[in-house]
Amino acid sequence: MDYATLLQVLDTTVRLATPLLLACLAGLYSERAGIFDIGLEGKMLSAAMSAGAVAALTGSAWAGLLAGIGASMLFALLHGIAAITFRGNQLISGVALNFLASGLTVLIAQALFRQGGRTPPLTGEARFNPVTLPGAEALREVPLIGPLYFEVISGHSVLVYIAFLIVPLTWWVLFRTRFGLRLRAVGENPAAVDTAGVSVIGLRFAAVAITGVLCGLAGAYMATALQAGFGREMTAGRGYIALAALIFAKWRPVAAMWACLLFGFFQALALRPDVVQAVVQVKVPVPLLDALPYILTVLVLAGFVGKAIPPRAGGQPYVKER
Amino acid sequence: MDRLPRWADLTLVPLVSLLFAAIISALVLLAIGQSPTEALKVMVDGALGSPYGWGYTLYYATSFIFTGLAVTVAFHAGLFNIGGEGQAQLGGLGVALVCLSLPWPHWTVALLAATCGAALFGAAWAAIPAYLQAKRGSHIVITTIMFNYIAAALLVFVLVDVLRPTGQMDPASARFPVGAQLPALNDIPGFNLIFQRPVPANVTLLIALAMAVVVWALLWRTRLGYQIRAFGKSEAAAKYAGINPVRITIIAMLISGGLAGMMSINNVMGEAERLLQNSSEGAGFIGIAVALMGRNHPFGVVLAALLFGFLYQGGAELGLWTSIPIEMRIVVQGLVILFTGALDMMVRMLLERVFGLFRSAKAVRAG
Repeated sequence: MDYATLLQVLDTTVRLATPLLLACLAGLYSERAGIFDIGLEGKMLSAAMSAGAVAALTGSAWAGLLAGIGASMLFALLHGIAAITFRGNQLISGVALNFLASGLTVLIAQALFRQGGRTPPLTGEARFNPVTLPGAEALREVPLIGPLYFEVISGHSVLVYIAFLIVPLTWWVLFRTRFGLRLRAVGENPAAVDTAGVSVIGLRFAAVAITGVLCGLAGAYMATALQAGFGREMTAGRGYIALAALIFAKWRPVAAMWACLLFGFFQALALRPDVVQAVVQVKVPVPLLDALPYILTVLVLAGFVGKAIPPRAGGQPYVKER
Repeated sequence: MDRLPRWADLTLVPLVSLLFAAIISALVLLAIGQSPTEALKVMVDGALGSPYGWGYTLYYATSFIFTGLAVTVAFHAGLFNIGGEGQAQLGGLGVALVCLSLPWPHWTVALLAATCGAALFGAAWAAIPAYLQAKRGSHIVITTIMFNYIAAALLVFVLVDVLRPTGQMDPASARFPVGAQLPALNDIPGFNLIFQRPVPANVTLLIALAMAVVVWALLWRTRLGYQIRAFGKSEAAAKYAGINPVRITIIAMLISGGLAGMMSINNVMGEAERLLQNSSEGAGFIGIAVALMGRNHPFGVVLAALLFGFLYQGGAELGLWTSIPIEMRIVVQGLVILFTGALDMMVRMLLERVFGLFRSAKAVRAG
């Protein structure tokens, strides 16, 4: 594999890792607060449809983004009501909301546009277009670093940079602020937080809302930046891969970024079987590359690649003592 | 707060949940500019209005009985098996390998062998998540989801690179030999008085009903069933009573995976007569809704499977005859899971309040 091909693959990696990263960070807030969320997929899908539809109707990608976040927040709120208010089974609620999103997105897109459950193709301002970072053109001729900067780091949509900036932000919020400390505490030992006079329910709803915002970003990115419009089931299991990355990263933000980049790299490789074949000198079936993130996650879960210990109060509804 | 009487808990809670799901579905239809009454009419006509419609409803119900029972057995052991979809697809692979391996002399022999193949492959696909849960503490929900995706990738590989006959374009296995083709309900004496046109519902329906009885007997009439239920209720108490948690986790998941795999004799052997990509078409997931709706009891599962069979056939008719997309049935499925599974407490609290009102009214009159 020559350097240019490598850069191409890495460029695709960054683009494909972005929705994973946003969804993964979304799951991180929720699970750190003790709310399991296998509904990341559904939230992303609803956001993608809303973003695609509103961007097509208004011609503004930013309006689409807001709509995407709104739709995702609505699903997050439903999950919160089921999981926190009514202390329902969080896993079942997630499964239910995923189905709901899968069906509703097609129904609404079909009712609005009558194009077989898709939204119309987006062009111009209705999409988030690539941003060229300062100096990318000037540095292009510098050997090694120049093309890397130009191809891989520069030239993505603004949402990609936002996603990667949220990584240090999340680290800072979780580990350097009072809110973050309480959020983590509520996922480990909600009774202790309650004793300290802080509302467990309030904190958990806040976490679920943040999850909604981040999944909204992820979905909007899918429909208005990575692709030009919404198509049925377009998230294609990314919500679950993000969940896998979260476990792989052991619920830590910076590790989550590396995990998502790794899984994004696998997805990029699955698009280029010719490159894989040239490198390993054996014909690798494409399905194997598709399955790699999942196989890797199972290996991590099995404890072969370090032990993943989830937040202790994860999945348990909190009942206040009377 | 008053507790609900047992009859209300068993019948009213699922019915009220269903009512909520129906109301929201109607609202969804109104929101996309369709008429809910018209939709219901098309669904009832298409799914129940003719023996031909029943044939499809029963065909879907057969698959859902298997996957619903699969989820039920795991639920009783306190395990949430979301992997029914992957296990069903692997079951399909088992069926295909068995059916293609020999020129089967008679369908009864082939059915017996294919059932074993389906159950074995389904169980094997559940075995690894089960082992990882029991021995290494990894969460069964996540591992079974991962195994669904791995199964899908594996099936693509097998169909494209291994089982596809040379010269064929679409990723599917060869057609099964004549001896491995199951009689549909219209081929069976007695049933053919009702079903005069060819229908997809086949002899597998009878196996599904038999399995419901077997699962009931297993759970409530055997020592193993008692151990599974005790383990599901309280792991600590079960351990204290000498029940081996590793053994029960693995056995319950093997049974669950086997049942999910067995659904493939219905669709792969009974209907398609060759292995196609995504053969189970989401039936593994519907098992979750069916088990929740059927309150984790085999007889409830059969009733819920019939309901979902109606929903699936009716939903397909909607897609054919109206401008309502077929995805409407996924919405209803999601709503049923939401209300019966996650918002269970809400429905219960509501009913408790209603019953409380009745009781206090009675007390006032008596006093």
